[in-house]
Amino acid sequence: MEPAEIISHTGGVIGAGWLLIALPLLGAAVLLLGGRRTDKWGHFLGVALAVASFVVAVLAFVQLLGFAPGERRRGVALYEFIPGVANMGLLIDPLSISFALLITGVGSLIHIYSIGYMSHDTDRRRFFGYLNLFVAAMLLLVLADNYVALFIGWEGVGLASYLLIGFWQYKPSAATAAKKAFVVNRVGDFGLLIAIFIMFSTFGSVAFADVFPKAGGASAGTLTAIGLLLLLGACGKSAQLPLQSWLLDAMEGPTPVSALIHAATMVTAGVYLVVRSGAAFFPADSTASLVVTIVGVATLLAGAIIGTAKDDIKKALAGSTMSQIGYMMLAAGLGVAGYAFAIAHLITHGFFKANLFLGAGSVMHGMNDEVDMRKYGGLRSLMPITFVTFLIGYLAIIGFPLLSGYFTKDGIIETAMEHSAILGWLAVIGAGITGFYMSRLVFMTFFGERRWAADAHPHESPSVMTWPLIVLSIGSIGLGGYLILSNRLMVFLGPAVGQPEELPAFHFFSPVGLATLALVALGAAYAWLKYGRAEVPAVAPRGSFLTTFARRDLYGDALNEALFMRPGQWLTRLAVFFDNRGIDGVVNGLAAGIGGTSGRLRRIQTGYVRSYALSIFIGAAVLAGAWFVVGTL
Amino acid sequence: MGETVTFWVLAVVSVTAALGLVFSRRAVYSALMLGVVMLSLAVLYAVQDAPFLAAVQIIVYTGAVMMLFLFVLMLVGVDSSDSLVETIRGQRFWAIVAGLGFASLLALGVGNAVFTAPKGLAAVNQVGNVPSLAESIFTRYVFAFEVTSALLITAALGAMVLAHRERAEAKATQKDLSRARFAAFGETGTNPAPLPGPGTYARHNAIDMPALLPDGKISALSVNRHIARHEADAGTIDPKVAEVLEAQILEGDDSK
Amino acid sequence: MTTHYLVLSALLFAIGGIGVLVRRNAIVVFMCVELMLNACNLAFVTFARQHGNIEGQVIAFFVMIVAAAEVVVGLAIIVTIFRTRRSASVDDASLLKY
Repeated sequence: MEPAEIISHTGGVIGAGWLLIALPLLGAAVLLLGGRRTDKWGHFLGVALAVASFVVAVLAFVQLLGFAPGERRRGVALYEFIPGVANMGLLIDPLSISFALLITGVGSLIHIYSIGYMSHDTDRRRFFGYLNLFVAAMLLLVLADNYVALFIGWEGVGLASYLLIGFWQYKPSAATAAKKAFVVNRVGDFGLLIAIFIMFSTFGSVAFADVFPKAGGASAGTLTAIGLLLLLGACGKSAQLPLQSWLLDAMEGPTPVSALIHAATMVTAGVYLVVRSGAAFFPADSTASLVVTIVGVATLLAGAIIGTAKDDIKKALAGSTMSQIGYMMLAAGLGVAGYAFAIAHLITHGFFKANLFLGAGSVMHGMNDEVDMRKYGGLRSLMPITFVTFLIGYLAIIGFPLLSGYFTKDGIIETAMEHSAILGWLAVIGAGITGFYMSRLVFMTFFGERRWAADAHPHESPSVMTWPLIVLSIGSIGLGGYLILSNRLMVFLGPAVGQPEELPAFHFFSPVGLATLALVALGAAYAWLKYGRAEVPAVAPRGSFLTTFARRDLYGDALNEALFMRPGQWLTRLAVFFDNRGIDGVVNGLAAGIGGTSGRLRRIQTGYVRSYALSIFIGAAVLAGAWFVVGTL
Repeated sequence: MGETVTFWVLAVVSVTAALGLVFSRRAVYSALMLGVVMLSLAVLYAVQDAPFLAAVQIIVYTGAVMMLFLFVLMLVGVDSSDSLVETIRGQRFWAIVAGLGFASLLALGVGNAVFTAPKGLAAVNQVGNVPSLAESIFTRYVFAFEVTSALLITAALGAMVLAHRERAEAKATQKDLSRARFAAFGETGTNPAPLPGPGTYARHNAIDMPALLPDGKISALSVNRHIARHEADAGTIDPKVAEVLEAQILEGDDSK
Repeated sequence: MTTHYLVLSALLFAIGGIGVLVRRNAIVVFMCVELMLNACNLAFVTFARQHGNIEGQVIAFFVMIVAAAEVVVGLAIIVTIFRTRRSASVDDASLLKY
């Protein structure tokens, strides 16, 4: 079934959909421009506006449900943005409202959590200002009805991400990580920009409503080019290979940032972009969608491998995030059949990964901001709520039966298996590795001996931090089943992204599902042998070549350094050399020449008026001679 | 014929005087030589139908300007004679080369030109040289003439401003001088009163007669030293005066 | 005859010029300048007669006035310089140089 037509809409909550963006934007403006005056109540304002935005999203969702399924794509025109190029408007349809609910819902929970997490930070108000800015930009990204507005949101989340990764800018590592994220994202943004340019020159418009229907008329080459360039943008934002290197460093930011931006929402913007453009630019069996699946599978394996070797709890989770987004990309590349699974996994991942990150944050909060899992251990009795919610998130992500991840990841694997056995089995292997590294993380943190630092006094976090964990863990338990069973999400999204003619039926314990479960259990058991039962050394052992390979992020940074940084430095040195010797040489040589000549010439100025008079007199004589010669000629 | 003789005589005189002007070591001689050149030129003007200019030349140049030069020479030091040794390398050589080259070029140019017989100013001067000059100056060149007057005033003002010396402190009044005198009396005992005039209390009212103090002694202050020395040399000095002077010399107070 | 006068004028002018270049006493230099002006005047007067035109004499008259003004100011400058530097040599006033 093809996506439905976009119906222009006024009135109601959907008509006032701009409030979704405006509320958090207002919060950002007040908090960032208000300065220290807003320190006392700033975080409450931030939370209130995020929650208000969530309420608007829920109301809009309810209103949307009131329409017939085929009429659920509502375009809300706002104002003329760039005359002749783009009009600002919102597209509120099942896809964008799903994102809006996720962003504002999980965002609100993380806002609340941050009140506790950032309570000791003197810059908490600024933090909430940035968070609100992020929420506004992210909502603009998903609600925009054209690519230019989407790009503005795209850049806005990049900016917020930069500001939040570098929130503790006095730490050189944080400042560097922020810069790295910004620079790597520029590469992806460049692709997205070029894609928008090609769209405008090909279709004469950048609005979804104009571009998607006309896409069929463009040449295959143009479509592939646009698709690949969009994918480049998606890779940058979603930390997919080959632009994955920034995400691990981005963990330098405060943990709520990692949870909100670098796990639940912003990094999924690439998936949103692919799914949103899917029907037009990533049709099934096209080159572009094939590349998407390859990128997805490669990233899901790479992220999982990186996750196995990290001792930093947040970096291990970041590797896991890369891996899970790889699953979503894989699903998004499978065409109509995969979109619903991609979005479902995206939503459930938003819950359980935010749950895991916030749990990790809670652990860090109790452990003096220690991130090295080798210095954790045996925390389950001291942090019961954190432990239980973390455990639920863990079970969800490894795909424990009947929890969220089980439904969504299995859906992806099954769909991939139908599409191509190689993709499917690679995804299964990825699930097995997920079982290993997540189990390793849990065993190292909550079980085993207490390997704490001398001054550590682990304690449970305040309720303002644990309640969001509880809510998120509830989502981690049931949301997957709710969305996947009876194909609820697929049917709901159908009008926005299309749906297959034949709805898939979910088989509990299918052969592939059983194989997956077996591999996951194997991975978990191996982790138990290695990290649960055995003693965990305080210093990481050297390990094999493969371990080093994974610890070094699969040599991604080394590759970037060798391929781009070194040649860039050589080029710079060459330019500097040319500038110093060539350009400066000419300029300085000229100046020195003039200086030397005038230094000699000025000796003529003896100060003796008689010698000046002599030169005048000789001049007069020469003139008289010339006059005489000319006269006689 | 008469003009030719006049010309040749005056030409030789003026060129010789001009060379003397340049090469005499004393500035006064140079000034006198310049006067000779100017007088010769005045005559040559007169010969060439310019009697008014000849008069002006004598009055303004030889009279006023030359006197000004001489005044300044007196101010600056009339005795000083210049060293004629050249200090700037090559200056003299090149000056003479350029001067001679310039002169020979001009002469060559003038000599090459063919002049008809001079028209003469007989026709113009029929009403008189002065009236015809005056007519030209006050009609056609009246503006230049007026500007000239401004120039002269400016020059006069400029000369005054340049020659004016700014006083660094206020001029001492009689009061100040009197205070200074008594201050000196208090410090060194210098007599604040005016010096006694010679012969004030003497029998003779003459410059060579020293003044007598009320007790009849001679006031050493009133002795004219020059006359006393002259009389001492001639042996005609008054013994009383000699006694006072010797006593003063013995005291070592010879300054007064 | 005109040629003779003009050659005399050129000769006096050149002698004056040489004097300006050779002498160091500022007053003598000034006298040489006056000599050059007078040489010019002779040429003007000669040309006036040659062409039967009184204007040559008019210009000579103006030259005399300007020369008088120039002498006044020039001598004042010389006196001022002499007063401060105790010297009338043009070579001594050579501070303004490279």
